[in-house]
This record gives sequence, C-alpha cells and structure tokens, in this order.
Amino acid sequence: MGTTTIVILVILALTVLAYSVARNRALAGAGGDRRKLHSLPTYYGTNAAMFTGVPALGVLVIWLLAQPMMIESAVVKLIPDSVIAEGSSVGLVMSDVRRVANGLDIVIRSGGMTREAALALDTTTTDVRAALAAVGVALGSDVKPKVLSAAQAHRQQSSSGRVWMIGITLALALIGFAISVAISKPDFRARNTVERGILALLILAASLAVLTTVGIVFSMLFESINFFRLHPWTDFFFGPKWAPNFRGNSDLSILPLLWGTLYISAIALAVAVPIGLFAAIYLSEYAGAKVRSAAKPLIEILAGIPTIVYGLFALLTVGPMLVNIFGRGEDGLLGVEWMSGATAVLTAGLVMGIMLIPFVSSLSDDIINAVPQSLRDGSYGLGATQSETIRQVVLPAALPGIVGAILLAASRAIGETMIVVLGAGAIAKFSGNPLEAMTTITTRIVSQLTGDTDFASPETLVAFALGLTLFVLTLGLNIIALVIVRKYREQYD
Amino acid sequence: MSRKSSLLVQDRRTKKRNAAETLFKGYGMIAIAIGLLMLCILVFNIVSRGAGAFQQTFVTLEVTLLESKLDKNGNRDLADLKKVSTFGYAPLLKTAFEQKVTKAGLDTTLKTKAMAGILSKSAPADLRNFVLANPDQIEETVEFEFLASSRVDGYLKGRVSRDSIGNDKNISVEQLDFVDQLITEGSLEKRFNLTFVTGSDASDQRPEAAGMGTSMIGSLFMMLVVLALALPIGVAASIYLEEFAPKNWITDIIEVNISNLAAVPSIVFGILGLAVFINYMHLPNSAPLVGGLVLTLMTLPTIIISTRASLKSVPPSIRDAALGVGASKMQSVFHHVLPLAAPGILTGTIIGLAQALGETAPLLLIGMVGFIASNPPDSIAAGLMSPNSAMPAQIYEWAKRADPAFYERAWGGIIILLVFLVTMNTIAVLLRRRFERRW
Repeated sequence: MGTTTIVILVILALTVLAYSVARNRALAGAGGDRRKLHSLPTYYGTNAAMFTGVPALGVLVIWLLAQPMMIESAVVKLIPDSVIAEGSSVGLVMSDVRRVANGLDIVIRSGGMTREAALALDTTTTDVRAALAAVGVALGSDVKPKVLSAAQAHRQQSSSGRVWMIGITLALALIGFAISVAISKPDFRARNTVERGILALLILAASLAVLTTVGIVFSMLFESINFFRLHPWTDFFFGPKWAPNFRGNSDLSILPLLWGTLYISAIALAVAVPIGLFAAIYLSEYAGAKVRSAAKPLIEILAGIPTIVYGLFALLTVGPMLVNIFGRGEDGLLGVEWMSGATAVLTAGLVMGIMLIPFVSSLSDDIINAVPQSLRDGSYGLGATQSETIRQVVLPAALPGIVGAILLAASRAIGETMIVVLGAGAIAKFSGNPLEAMTTITTRIVSQLTGDTDFASPETLVAFALGLTLFVLTLGLNIIALVIVRKYREQYD
Repeated sequence: MSRKSSLLVQDRRTKKRNAAETLFKGYGMIAIAIGLLMLCILVFNIVSRGAGAFQQTFVTLEVTLLESKLDKNGNRDLADLKKVSTFGYAPLLKTAFEQKVTKAGLDTTLKTKAMAGILSKSAPADLRNFVLANPDQIEETVEFEFLASSRVDGYLKGRVSRDSIGNDKNISVEQLDFVDQLITEGSLEKRFNLTFVTGSDASDQRPEAAGMGTSMIGSLFMMLVVLALALPIGVAASIYLEEFAPKNWITDIIEVNISNLAAVPSIVFGILGLAVFINYMHLPNSAPLVGGLVLTLMTLPTIIISTRASLKSVPPSIRDAALGVGASKMQSVFHHVLPLAAPGILTGTIIGLAQALGETAPLLLIGMVGFIASNPPDSIAAGLMSPNSAMPAQIYEWAKRADPAFYERAWGGIIILLVFLVTMNTIAVLLRRRFERRW
C-alpha cells in the first residue's frame, strides 16, 4: 500500500471521528436535549467532517497533480544540452531520468541497495544499467552520469515533497478537526455552515464544465503554439500540400484536408437534408398519430447507432457496393473503371448522410411543430392546399430554425471521425472526383497522434493545430446555429 | 362571356394543384421510407454478416500424449514439462491425424503436416496448456476439440471456396477435400462458439481464436469510472444551475458552455485526454481509467441537460410546501425535489452511458487500439490502470486487420455492442414509463 493511500485512509478516519465527536459534543452541550440545538445534531457532525476532510483532501489532490510538474521543471535544469544526443530531445532524456529514478526506487524496495547507497551511486564504479536490469527495469542504453545525478535529484525531491505533502495534509486535517469540534456548541449555526459548504461544492461541479472548455482550449493552444514555432503558419493555413515526412521538411497545409472535409460533409448534407426535411414535414404535417409514434423513434434509432458501426458499414458494405457499380471495368455494373478502392469521398459522404438523417429530421420536426396553428388556419381559409400552405407559409416561417438545424448537422459532419477514418481514405488532394479517396481533418488527427509519436516534431504537433481549427470551426457553427434557433423560438413564444 | 365551370368537374388548375399536393405528400412518404429502409439494411447487414462470428468450426481429434515426446525423464516434473515448447507438441497432432485416417479409412494423399494445417495455430498451445494442467494424463489418449483454422472455418461458412484460394498459401484444394471427408466422417463441425463472447483478442495469425471478452471488461471499467464521476458531478452541477444559480453573466457563461460542450466533436475530447491526462499527468497509456475520464467529460453535458429537464419538471408547489413547513432551501432540494426527479436523472444517465459505451474516436487517441488485448485484468487496480481495449476500439482494431475472418469478428462484435446498447436504452425507456409522473 502506498503512502498516499495511507494518508487518504488516515484523513477519512479523522473525518469519521470528527463527525461523531462534534455531534456528541453539541448534544452534550445542550444537555442531551436536541430541541436546544440550533440545527439538527447531524449537521454538527457533517460540519466537523467537512472541515476535517475537504481542505486536507483538496490540498492532497492539488499536490499530487502539481508536484510531478514542479520536480520535472527543477530537474530539467540539471540536464545540460551536451547530454541530449543528436536526434533526441529533452523529453526523451527526461523519460530516461524518470525510468532510472523509478528503477532505483524498486531496487531499494527489493532490498538490493540502501537509500544512502542509491544516493551515492556513481556510474564510474557501478553498472547502473545491470543493477536495474536485475530488478526488471530495462534501459535502452548505459546510464550517463548526468542522467544518473538528475535521477537522484528527482528521487530526492519527490521523497522530500512526499514528506511535506503528508505533513501539510495531516496538519490541515487536524487543525480542521480541532476548530470544528471546538465550535460545535448548541448555539452554533451548523446547518447554515454546512449548506454554504454544499453550495460551494455545487458551484465547483457546475464550473467543471467551464474548466473542461478551458482545458480543451489550452491543451490545444499550447501545443499549437509549439507547432507554429517549428513550422511556418503561412504554410499551415495557405500552403498547397499535405505531405508529412517524419524525416522533417514536411508540407503541412490544412487546405487539402479542409477541402476533403467540406466535400464529404457537403455530400452528407446533400443526402441528409432533403430526406430529413421531407421526413420531418411528413411526420409533423401529414402523418397520423399512429404512424408518427412508430416512425419517429425508428428513424431516431439511426442517431443512436455508434459511429464505428457506420464506419464499418462504409468500409465493408457501401464501399464495395460502389466499386461494383462504378469500378471493376467490364465486371462492374456500369462497365466503367472510375473507382479503384472501397474508400472514397462518396462512400463516406453517403454513409454520413444516413447518420445525419435523424439529426435533420428531429430538429426540423420540433421547429415545424412550433409554427403556430393559426398561420396554417389562415392559409387554409384563403383556399390553399396543404402542400401550398407548407411550402409558402410553414416553411418560410420555420426557415431560420431549419437553417439552424442544418448548421448543427454540418458541424456534426465536420467533426465526425470514425466514418471518415474507415471510409474516406488517406490521400490529401484537391480533386472534384467523388469516387477518389480523400482525407479529412479528423482522419489526419487520428493518424498523426496514434502509434509512435514524438511530441517535439511538427508532424505530431500539427494534430493539435488541426484539432484547434476543428474546434473553432464546429464551435462557430454551433454558436451561429444556436443563436438562430433561439431567435426563432422567441419569435413565436 | 361566361366561362363554363362545374363543381363536379375539376378544372385544369385544380387538377394541377391536387397533383402537386399528392406529389409533395409522396416525397414525404419516400423520405420516411428511405430512412426506414436504411435502418433495415443496416440491421440486416449487421446480423447477416456478424452472426457467423458466434459459430466456429471445431475438429474433434484423439491425441495420444506420448511420454517419449513430452516427458523424456518420465518423472512428470512440471519444470521439465514446461521446457517442451509448443513446437514439441506439433508432432503429436500429426500422429493423431495419421491415426484418424487409418481408423476411419479416409482416402487422402495429404502429408500429415498439411493435415495438421487445417487446425488453428493455437492448437499446439491448447494441447500444451492441457498437459501442463493435467500431467497425469500423459501416455493416455485424450479426445480434444481444436479450433479449425480461419480458412477452414470460412469454407464451412461459405466465405472461402475452391476458386477463391488460388493464391492462398494457407490452404490448398487437397486440404479442403480432406475437410469434406472429415465432415462426412463427423469429426469436423460448426457449432456455437462461446469463446467469441468471453475470450481475449488473438494475434492476426489466428482470427479464429479472437474474442470480445477482455475488451468488454475494459468497457465495463470505463463505464464504472464514467458512472462514478459523471453522475455525482452532473447532478451537482444541474442542482446548482437549476435551483440556486442567480441569473447573471457567470451562470450565463456556464450555460452556454455546457450546451456548446455537448456539440464539440468527440475527437477533440480525445486530444484533451492525450494532452492533459497522458502527457501532463503521466497516467498510463491505453488505460481504461484515462478512457473513463475522457468519456466522463463527454458525457457530463448529456447528463446535465437531462437532469436539469427532470428537475424542472418537478412542480414549484413541492418546493413551496417544503419551505412552508420550515425546511431550508437546501433541505427542500435534497429531501424533496431530488428524489422526485431521480427516475428522470437515472434515465438520462443510462442514455449518456450508452452513448459513451459506443464512442470510439477519443479512444484511438489515448492508445486503446493498435495492440493485442490478450490479458484480462486480474484485479480492480489492474482493470483501471493496465492497458486494455474497449468494445468499439476492439471492433475498429479488427476492421483494420485486412482479413475477412476478422471482418466477420468485427460485425459480430457490433452485434454484442448493439445488444448492450439496446438493453440499456430499453431499461431507460421502461424506467421512464414506470416512474414517469404527470403532475
């Protein structure tokens, strides 16, 4: 069991103890008569438990998150540039340092070395690599003296950090315990304090959503800045070509990817918008209650199917089917040789279109239903048929909302990953031929960030810049769509 | 001049308008029909292609566990037995086939090596595991059921035919003839394969041995993390926003944020997970814990939105009554509003979990693909921290191994995944029906 676990258990035990001690103390202060207490007895207990547990555990969590980073930045300074070999990076050396430090920990725990001996280790007298290999820590190369001393510093700082952490958190818990028990007198307004504490926790939970957004933006922003330091931004935004090359000197332009993304999304929308819109019109204006209650949930199932299923459907069913029609020369249905592989813009676009049908239909359905009946009645009264009413009265009234729905679907299409990863192919180019393979922003993010990645090369970091662009793009679409939908809703409220 | 017209006869313009009406209605019906047709095609396609994965071809074979091959010292010492590698077991299989041919009087010109080639590459390892578990059975003849190789399995399922194997080094026409003989003899048959549901992934040489079990455990641990984090945080956030938040710019920002987060592409959450949880916090790659954290952030908006809706549906009179008898605002929420909203919250949570269960893209970025998830975790800590796959990631992994036998597994995996999703959604619908209250 690690020291951290023990600390947590001790704090929890103190918390439970605080609960019962404070509760009993408040009751005893009132002479056992709970009517004389300001709050219910449990509130005195909860108050004490809160004071004991929350600050200590909070500090513990922050400490655990912050300590590795602080030590890291202190240790990085110990590594001179001379240690960093050609083609290597600080990150790689640091991971060596961490591995050696961990290895030394294991050696000490297994009794192979005393703490003092580990601190006094010297690469000239001991074969550190062999010593570590003996306990199962494999190192790629011999340990350099600077790396060893950095690892020793790493160990020393983390162990002293751990001592401080234990001391501070336990002290906090004890102080909280003492104060909260001391103030647990009958006239103490325990419930108000507890409720204020709970409210603070609720606010904390609500602000986590903001924190997530901040996290998303910052995690991508920092790495994107790193990317733009290594790679000219003009090439990223205006360059002609996407050709990553892991030996360096890559062309990393977003334009061909953006073209592929927009092309596939356009095909998807060309499939989804007419079908979805007509389905919504039929369901909301023509269909009886029975058809509606059966067809609507059935179509919405399409939205609940995981995208990996659509991806597989594109790769293994729709793609080969299209090749059968447009490819294979004489053996094909049309006898033409226009399509060579199953992955193509059309494959991904069609399947994505199927996926988007329920998005368009459900949202449009809601919006058409929100058009007041009086508008329809007025139109019927003037002698218009139902379809004329829909085309000339209902749809124009619902248009802003429908545009919003289509924008939301477009943002889904742009951000969709699995269908294009499996169905669209990997070739970045500007082409108008829908039967060719093309690639999108999301597929390139996946391919640049999976497998062996080196976070110091522009070829990996470009994924973050792509992600940031994607985020900004979809966020912009969403905000516009939401504003339009909201404006429209207010119109008839 | 008066134009002749009659109410009983439609004039041209009315006819045109009525035709347009019918046409328009027809478009709507066609759209619905296309939508439903796509659903049917999708379901039919999944079931017809994936059902095969639940069946597998097995070969029944009597193997004599020769002491001379397995235990030269004759002392049944486990350490000695372990020294015999799987290569040492291959001859036993050849001998077993030789005996089978003579015993059943099969007519074949195949070499014994080619006969053993119809078995899965995992057959010697199965044999070895059996011997190591039951060393006392050495020198006896034991009946085994081995997996047939994926090509033989494909032959029985109609995926492989004599015409299609022209350039295939793994199987020959003679071997297929031998397979036919074994089928008539009754020792080779296709039957339900539980290993596909419970087993682990296998290397790309042995599609016949691959199963979903381990990745199901990975998904289970991820869902536990999501449930443990997203439910309390989501409910707390909704309670604040719905019951306590003052109307000001801060809460406005939070609300806009939540609705935008719900529409952020899932892959962006994967980038966040990679940057924050793996690169910054140094949590282990491919761990279900990291996957669970990423999916938690993704599921939070869903849970918050549905929880707020169900809190909103509790009538204000409940709150007023509680306040009227002296409860504090906090007490009225926690003692009265929250319990009444619980069924709705539960429904929303289950739907959110179902979404998270099928999500793939973020898992690709935190490394839950690209390896063979063959070791089921042995403890809760290992389940959270040691590399594992998840159901959708496993399906993706199989779809990328360009072998039709793995494609069948991928479709089969989809069936299992969809069974989970359908079950979860059905529970959600039933809960809603059972506990829904009209005020």
